[in-house]
Amino acid sequence: MKGKWLLGMVIALAIAGFLSPFASSSPDGLERVAEDIGFLHKATSYLSSPMPDYLFPGIKHEGIATSVAGTLGTLLAFAAMYGLGKLIITKNNKSGQ
Amino acid sequence: MHIPDGFLDLKTIVATGVASAGALSYSIKKSKEELNERQLPALGIMSAFIFAGQMINFPVAGGTSGHLLGAALATVLLGPWSASLVLATVLIVQALFFQDGGITALGAGIFNMAVVAVFIAHVAYTLAGKLRVNEYAACFVAAWLSVMAASTATALELAISGTVPLAAALPAMTSVHALIGVGEGIITAVAVMFVKGFNKSNIARDASLQRGD
Repeated sequence: MKGKWLLGMVIALAIAGFLSPFASSSPDGLERVAEDIGFLHKATSYLSSPMPDYLFPGIKHEGIATSVAGTLGTLLAFAAMYGLGKLIITKNNKSGQ
Repeated sequence: MHIPDGFLDLKTIVATGVASAGALSYSIKKSKEELNERQLPALGIMSAFIFAGQMINFPVAGGTSGHLLGAALATVLLGPWSASLVLATVLIVQALFFQDGGITALGAGIFNMAVVAVFIAHVAYTLAGKLRVNEYAACFVAAWLSVMAASTATALELAISGTVPLAAALPAMTSVHALIGVGEGIITAVAVMFVKGFNKSNIARDASLQRGD
């Protein structure tokens, strides 16, 4: 069972760490539509995030910056979901089950 | 399909925010009944995998790219309640740490991808099961429909916000996502095949280990 979880996590980290620098940089579906119809200029950002555009700050090599950001994000996504799940289950136990 | 800040007006932001909050709290309530400690790693890994998968943009026609949504994948493997929580978690991480999807559009993003896409994937996959459709064909169709549904919802929100007329947004969004949805369908079917195949061989190995003991 543990091996299965480990394998899943290794696959996710490999995708984020090694595959992400080679992803297509073309605009995605919504971006393309916004560009074609002409409302892309309305796009803005009210929040400044630590790793905008999936680039870890301070790394000059874009591929490596993407790779680091992707790896961190994958771990973060795991931790956030695990934490939320834990919270949900704990509350469940407290409610008397 | 991550909507940036500036595309949605206040009423759309509030309406989708309220709808998403309601849907997620219902998912949490349902998850409380179903979820146990042993399933937590699976939820975490699904969340990690979808985050990673969403980084991999693949080219589709006309200088456009698409990436995995993951709603159907999570729904097929974890059920709709956990799936909506997984997708919402990924979207929150992306908005907060990577500026992917505007913070004011987070409610809409969750509504489109964690609620609508998951719901449609669940309905399609369940229906396909009842009709005894081949499992992997069912995954493909559920995944394709989930992307179409999310892109339709996005077009509606853009139109309701007055950003772009629906007559322009709807055909543009659905036609490009009809292509992206094919990628979604293939990735979903292959990933489900892999996980189910792995589970089967693992169960077989466990059984033989037990016999050996």
